[in-house]
Amino acid sequence: MFKRISALVVVGLAAMSVAACGGGGSTTAGTSGGGDSTITMGFSQVGAESGWRTANTKSVQDAAKKAGIELKFSDAQQKQENQIKAIRSYIQQKVDIIAFSPVVESGWDTVLKEAQNAKIPVILTDRAVDSKDTSLYKTFLGSDFVEEGKKAGQWLVEEYKDSTDPVNIVELQGTTGSAPANDRKAGFAEVIAAESKFKIVASQTGDFTRAKGKEVMEAFLKAQPDIDVLYAHNDDMGLGAIEAIEGAGKVPGKDIKIITVDAVKDGMQALADGKINYIVECSPLLGPQLMDLAKKVVKGEQVPPRVVTEETTFTQEQAKQVLSTRQY
Amino acid sequence: MRRLLWPVVVLVLLLALNVFFTPSFFSIEVKDGHLYGSLIDILRFGAPLILVSLGMTLVIATGGIDLSVGSVVAISGALACLQISQDTSVFTAVVSALVLCVVLGAWNGFLVAAVGIQPIIATLILMVAGRGLAQLITGGQIITINSPAYKVIGGGYWLTVPFGILIVIAVLAITAFLTRRLALGMLLESVGGNAEASRLAGIRARGIVIMVYAFAALCAGVAGLMISSNVSSADGNNAGLWIELDAILAVVIGGTSLSGGRFSLSGTVLGALIIQTLTTTIYSIGVPPETTLLFKALVVTAVCLIQSPSFRAKAFGRRGRTAPPSPAPEEKVRVTA
Repeated sequence: MFKRISALVVVGLAAMSVAACGGGGSTTAGTSGGGDSTITMGFSQVGAESGWRTANTKSVQDAAKKAGIELKFSDAQQKQENQIKAIRSYIQQKVDIIAFSPVVESGWDTVLKEAQNAKIPVILTDRAVDSKDTSLYKTFLGSDFVEEGKKAGQWLVEEYKDSTDPVNIVELQGTTGSAPANDRKAGFAEVIAAESKFKIVASQTGDFTRAKGKEVMEAFLKAQPDIDVLYAHNDDMGLGAIEAIEGAGKVPGKDIKIITVDAVKDGMQALADGKINYIVECSPLLGPQLMDLAKKVVKGEQVPPRVVTEETTFTQEQAKQVLSTRQY
Repeated sequence: MRRLLWPVVVLVLLLALNVFFTPSFFSIEVKDGHLYGSLIDILRFGAPLILVSLGMTLVIATGGIDLSVGSVVAISGALACLQISQDTSVFTAVVSALVLCVVLGAWNGFLVAAVGIQPIIATLILMVAGRGLAQLITGGQIITINSPAYKVIGGGYWLTVPFGILIVIAVLAITAFLTRRLALGMLLESVGGNAEASRLAGIRARGIVIMVYAFAALCAGVAGLMISSNVSSADGNNAGLWIELDAILAVVIGGTSLSGGRFSLSGTVLGALIIQTLTTTIYSIGVPPETTLLFKALVVTAVCLIQSPSFRAKAFGRRGRTAPPSPAPEEKVRVTA
């Protein structure tokens, strides 16, 4: 029995070392070949669960075509094991660089180590991993959720700068424990803590969904007699809440000011219609930035370990202007 | 009737807790031509759960269980919204969605009754595959529609009363009539109590089981229309997620035993209302989201314990034992509840 196991281990090690040699070989070939050789990128996407994600996929695919990078794309359908499988197959195919959006934060050390042994650099997009060993990936390209929360808070401070009356805020949080929910809450709270007139009177999770957003807002409207501002961690919950506010005979955007995060099409429409007051963008269009980083990494240049997606914010006037050109 | 005493007590306690935190909790006013208030909210948002639980009650009465109702909720909403977004008439969209649901339910029943797969496995297939089917229909996106006619089902009003509540009352009345005024209810209980004995007694158990699963899926389908209509959009990923667990819980709180046999429709409605009131309570008294699940678990555990006669006898000493002995089957139901 022991012999058999050790034989397996030896075979496994041999296979790994072969893969490592092969990986190294292809990378050197890629760099020494100069400008005419194309870069091959393996990209593993989370899935296609929302319009945001679909726009993200399209951005990566279009940008790769434009940058002349050959893209091998796979959809993990929300499952970590699919993603690990995809990354292993990229290692076997000896791609020049691997990029992926991790489905979950933990459990990546082994497969990332395999990529490292094969000398294939890895870039994380959109979501981070909680691995202690940061040498396992070159850089993390994605939104800064804390910054998004701060931007939402800053607009609120600016909007109410002339008033001294207390401002009652209700908050619809994202899925409990998820990184965007934790960070958007923290960033917002940090900014509004500067002035004592701002008070979060109720805060509940709406699970990032329209249905829950509506249900929770209905309860808020009854339990809290006086709500001035709604801060929702994504557009969908905000859209659900708008229906609840209208059902209560109030005017969303006027009686209750609404701030959301994301800027998906339905949200932008509501913003242009005056039902939402302010949207902080969480942009899925990170393809061009990803391709730039990939080229630098393959050339062996240094890249910063954290790159924030280029994002903006929208007021109602801005929404009206850009609505027709929004891609998602 | 005594079986329902404890669920009623729990519901009253929960409502009292709400009044303590929100004094205006019981006030119902007419706003923009429709009823408005927390109690109306509980009924309105509880309506889909009550429907799903009614179907689940009958399935459980035959000794089965249906895990696929959550996926059916998603499929029904997805198919209806997809068709409406392609300018099909609302009537056609609703009918075709419900027909699909009945077919899926009959498939469940076929697997259980004709093929002989255990219910938990047979319906697990559709629970997993159905979510995928819903995502396939929606193309993985949230479909947003703008149809005032469709909106009525889950978000509209008729004579100031939310339409969803009226649907629930109608389905409840029909189900109660079919199972309590006709022999169907007795046949169901007999199949659930002992399928083989019922077959020998000349009951066509197979047909009844298939029908019951189809009915459960139909209820889930209507619930799915309500949920998607309430927010004018279909979300294949999240609509009806985990509603099967809430429905099973509602049935159990209502005093129907998971081992099949006797069932209580009014108990199930009470159970579903308790769950929805609990959810609303969490929002109104401001339980932090991190502890929501723990709070729910504690309340549910307390409800289940207090319903068990043997626990009451142990906890409150002799008084429990002096109660008149109840008939054997009822005893069994109460213990497992």
